[in-house]
Amino acid sequence: MNEYTYPILFGVIIGTLTRLYMLRTDYRQYPTYLHGKVIHVALGFIAAALGTVAIPSIMEQEFTAITFLTLAASQFREVRNMERNTLTELDSYELVPRGKTYIEGIAVAFEGRNYLVILTSFATTLAYITIGWWAGIIAGIVCLFISKKLMTGGKLSDIVDIEHHELRFEGAGLYIDSIYIMNIGLPARQEEILKYGMGFILKPKNFNVRSTIANLGQRQAILHDISVALGVFRDSGTPALVPLAKRDLDDGRIGVFVLPQEKDIEKAKAVIGQVPVLENAIRMPTESKANKKGRKLE
Amino acid sequence: MTIEKYILAVVTTNPQKAAGSTAIFPCENRAEMELIAASLEAILDGIAHRLTEELYIIVKH
Repeated sequence: MNEYTYPILFGVIIGTLTRLYMLRTDYRQYPTYLHGKVIHVALGFIAAALGTVAIPSIMEQEFTAITFLTLAASQFREVRNMERNTLTELDSYELVPRGKTYIEGIAVAFEGRNYLVILTSFATTLAYITIGWWAGIIAGIVCLFISKKLMTGGKLSDIVDIEHHELRFEGAGLYIDSIYIMNIGLPARQEEILKYGMGFILKPKNFNVRSTIANLGQRQAILHDISVALGVFRDSGTPALVPLAKRDLDDGRIGVFVLPQEKDIEKAKAVIGQVPVLENAIRMPTESKANKKGRKLE
Repeated sequence: MTIEKYILAVVTTNPQKAAGSTAIFPCENRAEMELIAASLEAILDGIAHRLTEELYIIVKH
């Protein structure tokens, strides 16, 4: 036991708790299995330990020890690869796949969370050693809030208006409002689609959003999330019964055609509203210098 | 060319409207055409698209 034992213990515990707090199993059902969780808690523990020991190293003027943090960076990049590979492998067996953009977003989040753990442990240990144990607790709580804030992205309901529209056929063409979805030839299939299908129109709230929701990865994420939350009326080998999202080229609206097992309009609207806005899909054309000139984009 | 870009079968009540290397299924009437298109859809894991009232194509997406 020395003067650093308690601060280190404290930092590691707070860091690991932060990781546990950020490791929630939600509707995405991932990570849902125990082993997946164990991996992430263990990595979170390692991250916490790395962040914590940096402070005593600085205090003891062991500056070379800090270089170990670079090791951490490469270690946690591996986490991203691991998550990406696992999810990509699993995706081919999903009835409605997540899509590469969604997977990349999840993988990046897993990597980022470990860095937040390092930061939390670093700050709490620093506060504990320089001020006192109570300061360590305050620093821990503040970091927890910061982590939560940094980890919560935007939701679709923030950027689009969601409207329900009845599906209709014009000849063999399936339409939601004026947006063409696909050609369904067989009358029996058309009846199934009218019976089980639902149509929604996502109306962008501003010009930036048009490009964001046009992203194919973002659209696939919407379809995946609805299918997870409300079930999906399809099986392998029924390509006619596939949820699709198509774009209105005139005004950037997106027509979302889904086949939920639970046909509840309000629930479906709520689910679409809760779909995360994928970081990789966000576009900001209005921020471009060239766009500052001329008329305002709407 | 991938199989997703290929017309796997043509089902028609008017065989004069279709030609080429694709399998063509001439049918007597509309009911037979729909029956064959439905079976082919299930067998080939494809979608039966209706181009005209007398012509279906089966495509895998």
